[in-house]
Amino acid sequence: MNMMAPTPAWGDMILPDRVRGALYRDPAIFELELEKIWYRTWVYVGHESEIANPHDYVLKSIGLQPIIMSRGGDGQVHLLLNRCTHRGNQVCPKEKGNSPMHTCPFHAWNFGSDGKLLGYAFPEGYEGLDKSKHGLGRVPRVASYRGFVFGSFASEGPSLEEHLGGAAETIDRLCDNAPEGEIEITAGFLKHRVKANWKFILENETDGYHPAFVHSSIFSVADSAIGGLYGAKSTALTRDYGNGHTELDLRPEFRKRDALLSWFGTTPDKLPDYVARMNAAYGEKKAREIMIDGTPHVMIFPNLFIAEIQMFVIQPLGVNDSVQHVTALQFKGAPDLNRRMRQQTMGSVGPAGFLLADDSEMYERTQRGMEAHDTDWVFLGRGEHRERRDEDGFLVAHATDEVPSRGIWKHYRSLMEQP
Amino acid sequence: MLATCADSELMHDVEQFLFHEARLADEHRYEEWEELWADDAIYWVPANGENIDPEKQMSIIYDNRSRIGLRVRQLLSGKRYTQDPRSSLRRIIGNIELLGREGDDIRVGANSIVFESSARGETLWGSRNEYTLRRAGDGFKLARKKVSLVNNDRAIYTMSFII
Ligand SMILES: [Fe+2]
Repeated sequence: MNMMAPTPAWGDMILPDRVRGALYRDPAIFELELEKIWYRTWVYVGHESEIANPHDYVLKSIGLQPIIMSRGGDGQVHLLLNRCTHRGNQVCPKEKGNSPMHTCPFHAWNFGSDGKLLGYAFPEGYEGLDKSKHGLGRVPRVASYRGFVFGSFASEGPSLEEHLGGAAETIDRLCDNAPEGEIEITAGFLKHRVKANWKFILENETDGYHPAFVHSSIFSVADSAIGGLYGAKSTALTRDYGNGHTELDLRPEFRKRDALLSWFGTTPDKLPDYVARMNAAYGEKKAREIMIDGTPHVMIFPNLFIAEIQMFVIQPLGVNDSVQHVTALQFKGAPDLNRRMRQQTMGSVGPAGFLLADDSEMYERTQRGMEAHDTDWVFLGRGEHRERRDEDGFLVAHATDEVPSRGIWKHYRSLMEQP
Repeated sequence: MLATCADSELMHDVEQFLFHEARLADEHRYEEWEELWADDAIYWVPANGENIDPEKQMSIIYDNRSRIGLRVRQLLSGKRYTQDPRSSLRRIIGNIELLGREGDDIRVGANSIVFESSARGETLWGSRNEYTLRRAGDGFKLARKKVSLVNNDRAIYTMSFII
């Protein structure tokens, strides 16, 4: 950290119901976030199904750092830094592939799919070099939950399960919607860039106040039942799981409807194969519960958003520059449902999406709004008076309340205040 | 190779159709633009290359005729904020080639550059376009349009106008 710059007084910038615009605008704060959040806490990197076979790899990132997510010959998942240990060249230039070996094109140093240094050109030029000390850099802690792979640059700290806490159950709930109990990420990503701070995206994912307005254009022309979920009379809930994880729990509305697959805007006769497979996998009673509740709408801090039928990964590039990577979730053993999930995802998200183009417009406009900072507060007090604890002790309130933002900022402050 | 008179007449008609389609898109004349499409139309903007399978992989746009209509109705709703205010647009369609004919369908290739100006800034969108035009009376209907953005494998900004 720059010795000249005083540490910001976080408590003056982050109050329980409001935060300073500088947090979205100041490049120095972005640098601190890299250090204290992105290069410390658990960050979602990729899904195991993206590297299904030994020696498969795919390029990913943590913060600004380029990562190779690679499966070794023994099946183990590695998060390797994409930087040659010789002179720093990017070892792997290809987005994805399968190779037991990565050869740096600069001076032909080569590394195994597990990151170990295997050899280099003209070896007589090195005497007694200990190859084991020159393997690719790696993210020190790698852990996976139900196939979702996370990395932490902190060699010590809370385990992934401790970090996920109560939010782990939302991932279980998601996987339950697959007849074979697993998610697959196989449809490729749309990469949607916005000139806006990553936290606008993070907060908006579980903001139930905006859809009635930002998405009114599509609700007004498509015959969609989504709009009602976010009205003033909605029984859906916002929830703060702690550790920055937040949810928009739509189950109360779906349970009121009491109709199979209503969460997906369809009926069992349209997806007979899926329904049959679910009944076979879970038994009719449990399958019925799952198909009424549907999939979660949950934001896993800081960068994994599961939005019912799709998954977003937030990548920060700069204080006002971010990328949303988005793809359709695919349920193992559900080809008919998967096809519809791809079709709906393509319609709603990405640079031309019916929903996300308008969300992203708001991110960019809000970023520009932050330049006006005579009064620099962003007010997040909606629904403070009607917060309560649910049966598991998590803070919940009305679907349109700002419980999620308050939860995110509380956790953010605790991370930024760490030495 | 000497082009026949019929070919150069066809080429002329095709060019005029593409220029017209381009101008309707540039000028946000959504209803007239929608009129150009055939009933079985596909409007496709792939992601991550030109040769993905749109039935298996994510595309930026993969609209059938009814979804083209939905896109237009959303733009006309007055609440499509990403296009309100609208982007200012002008595009050049060039390097037009007749690629083949099957029955009433004529396959056409072209390159396109779109200059967009919006509150976000100025953005250039370069692409390879492929069209299938279908003879309909004196003119054509657009049966298929595929827009392969040069940078469709990278992170791109919101593209909510008609590309
Ligand atoms: Fe939204």
